[in-house]
Amino acid sequence: MTVTPLGIPRRLLEFTLDGEPVRAPEGSTILDACRAAGKDIPTLCEGDTLTPKNACRVCVVEVEGSRTLVPACSRKAEPGMEVRTGTERARHSRKVVLELLASCVDLSTTPRVAEWLKEYEAKPDRFGPAAARLNEEPKVDNDLYVRDYDKCILCYKCVDACGDQWQNTFAISVAGRGFDARIAVEHDAPLTDSACVYCGNCIEVCPTGALSFKSEFDMRAAGTWDASRQTETTTVCAYCGVGCNLTLHVQDNEIVKVTSPHDNPVTHGNLCIKGRFGYQHVQNRD
Amino acid sequence: MDLHFGDSKPTDEERAAVDALLGPPESAWEGADRSAADLRWARGGREARDRRDLLLPGLHALNDRVGWISEGALDYLCRRLTVPPAEAYGVATFYAMFSVKPRPATVLHVCTDLACTAAGATRLCAAVETRLGPGSGVQVERSPCLGLCERAPAALVIRAGDDPARPAIEDEAVRTEGGAGGTAPGVEGGPSRSSAAGSGEGKGRRGRAVSRATAVCAPATIDTAIGTATAPENAPSEPPPAAAVPQAGDPTLTLLKRVGTADPASLDDYRAHGGYTALRRAFALGPAGVIREVTDSGLLGRGGAAFPTGRKWQATASQPDHPHYLVCNADESEPGTFKDRVLMEGDPYALVEAMTIAAYATGAHQGYLYLRGEYPRALHRMEHAITRARARGLLGDDILGQGYAFDIEIRRGAGAYICGEETALFNSLEGHRGEPRAKPPFPVEKGLFGKPTVENNVETLVNVLPVLTMGAPAYAAIGTKTSTGPKLYCVSGSVARPGVYELPFGATLGELLTLAGVRDNLRAVLLGGAAGGFVRPDELAVPLTFEGTREAGTTLGSGVVMAFDDTVPLPRLLLRIAEFFRDESCGQCVPCRVGTVRQEEALHRIVERTGADAAGDIALLREVGRAMRDASICGLGQTAWNAVESAIDRLGAYE
Repeated sequence: MTVTPLGIPRRLLEFTLDGEPVRAPEGSTILDACRAAGKDIPTLCEGDTLTPKNACRVCVVEVEGSRTLVPACSRKAEPGMEVRTGTERARHSRKVVLELLASCVDLSTTPRVAEWLKEYEAKPDRFGPAAARLNEEPKVDNDLYVRDYDKCILCYKCVDACGDQWQNTFAISVAGRGFDARIAVEHDAPLTDSACVYCGNCIEVCPTGALSFKSEFDMRAAGTWDASRQTETTTVCAYCGVGCNLTLHVQDNEIVKVTSPHDNPVTHGNLCIKGRFGYQHVQNRD
Repeated sequence: MDLHFGDSKPTDEERAAVDALLGPPESAWEGADRSAADLRWARGGREARDRRDLLLPGLHALNDRVGWISEGALDYLCRRLTVPPAEAYGVATFYAMFSVKPRPATVLHVCTDLACTAAGATRLCAAVETRLGPGSGVQVERSPCLGLCERAPAALVIRAGDDPARPAIEDEAVRTEGGAGGTAPGVEGGPSRSSAAGSGEGKGRRGRAVSRATAVCAPATIDTAIGTATAPENAPSEPPPAAAVPQAGDPTLTLLKRVGTADPASLDDYRAHGGYTALRRAFALGPAGVIREVTDSGLLGRGGAAFPTGRKWQATASQPDHPHYLVCNADESEPGTFKDRVLMEGDPYALVEAMTIAAYATGAHQGYLYLRGEYPRALHRMEHAITRARARGLLGDDILGQGYAFDIEIRRGAGAYICGEETALFNSLEGHRGEPRAKPPFPVEKGLFGKPTVENNVETLVNVLPVLTMGAPAYAAIGTKTSTGPKLYCVSGSVARPGVYELPFGATLGELLTLAGVRDNLRAVLLGGAAGGFVRPDELAVPLTFEGTREAGTTLGSGVVMAFDDTVPLPRLLLRIAEFFRDESCGQCVPCRVGTVRQEEALHRIVERTGADAAGDIALLREVGRAMRDASICGLGQTAWNAVESAIDRLGAYE
């Protein structure tokens, strides 16, 4: 039986979204209201299972009376607020943010970003060929997953998932400052010398593919990764009695990666090393 | 919290440095040798984690003693404080004054910021580097503004070593209040001295005889900079703070009246010059009365944002959540600003008294003074003043017999401009990376440790004293209707008498510059520092008020007035400003993290170009600048393009 927690009934508050009156439950963000109204606001660092960090600033909208633009992902809706999502000012900032990111980070595996670059007419090339890039090599230091920080937009989601929001392992943090800031374990050591427990919950939340299964990384390198040929099957982990949901991504009858449904009321997309990476026995055909 | 530690072990010296701050470890759970009792007893939970705010003082203790932070040292500090090593590594790598790689014990910070560059810092730095060469035992680092602009070009020497005030072996738990590795307080002159100085040649890290020393060298020449770096303990004393106040001794001064006239080391002298009358008045008025006075005085924050102080205090005082905290923001890092340093060096008890009043009014019993790490003399002065005030019952459990408890802890910054942003400062104090928080919630509601916090700049707090001694109406009569009271200006650059000036709000820029002896070939004036804007020599009639500068399309900011003559190439200055923001961006949000890099790149491309050749890049700068201003999280990114924009629009740079 599926139990959907209803929670305490929430008061609806009214505000204006792009000139239209809308009602949103108290405590919801501007982004929640936008999505409920069918408006598509780009987001990168926002995660459905994490507290908004509002670091990427790609979801900014204009709020009447605010000196600067505000991040839709974290600003709570307030009664009487006047929010405009599609103004020239908001679109300009989104465009520049996308350009800034695309000019220094490899966004080739970031879902939807190509579509947004086109929609906002972003031209990342205009910063010139000498524009500084992250220039990071993929870190392949263990058999389970790869950290390709050339694709990292520093959204902090992996840090939050590893830290006090989910895993409480605290294996990674942002190190350095400014443009030189990178996600790192202590002393910038290999993952195998760190506190990492290989739960893979950081991979689950990574929005750009900077963190990926070794299997996915190798297949992409070999050119055999093809998401369109993959099936996704959600099942129950067989290891212990918790009964976490697993979604097996299968290509050519081989499990290529494992995710977990974020709407699971118990685990919220989190798994342990066994559920995430211990699927080889399923494929043992001997 | 199940923490993982590597195999690296601290050296005896590193262990001693941490233990001197935290006391010896109580059990194997926090780094002592394992005993039988540890197998039956676990220490953890909230109590063990509650000391996270000592992480920054701990990093300072290591850096002060050893000069850098090794893996073993960081791991040991993490064990002691129950902090995940990855997070501590993130914190240690955040600050410019720390190094996680081995480096010589002596670091020579040569300021290459605006005023110092105009005074030839680039050549100085290159020459010092060449002369010292590799293997000299001195690491030369190019530093952002050191807050010594009145004595440009400036250099600061920090040599790691044993604390001269402390025996080499710490068995007795000597704990400096505030956790900062303090030196003997009250020593006249900046550099702390010790007869146990090493040979001076020193890769002193291993030589046990080398003692910690700091010395300021300003104005610096190649010879004095090298001399100070090789033997900081023998450096000549800094000129007294009054040397930075050309008006010193003028009886009409309000905020600076004691600088140069009262002995900054003497509490009695402070009281003889009117000290602690404001606190007595505050106790007579009661907290609500003090807030009313401050509100009626029209006092606006002097840190740059000009928020009404009375409103901030009222908002904090009325929060039901407790405890309340008071934080004094003395992380003065805006290029060109040095007024807070002069106040703390020249009149330290005034700040102690003002903080006591602010805390009393807002219901706080604990205050933090977040002091810039590059201000050794201000640190000594404030440590001494706080110790003296505590000994005399002016801080502590029962201030002036009124039954009110308040104490102040000093926390040192470690080289991060962003930590002057109010919420970044909270994170830094709490032992996290100094990244700004999203607002709302505002500090008055959820500030330091998530509790209601009032945070004020040094100059703002010091203004509270005249508000109470002369009364709100008399104070409000100074200045203009909306900008009340006296204001401090940090005048530097192309003037005959650089220094801190006090003028009532409403004086014009021209009057101030005339007072400072501006030279004839004035090309531009930078108001408000790197986050401020340029004005032209024909705009000197701008009234120096918050509203007046706003109307003129510029800003007063923190009171920086930097004059540049026509010998300084403007594009180079703009490039230095852009470098500053690139270096100081915390990296949290994209517009600032990448935008400041792209801004610097574009300014680099057009440094020798004008007109149509520069037009494309100027258009690009405008687009990036607009996004930084609109979409950055905090004031750093929002203002990173201000000065460049004003130089293009007002001064016609690149035309």
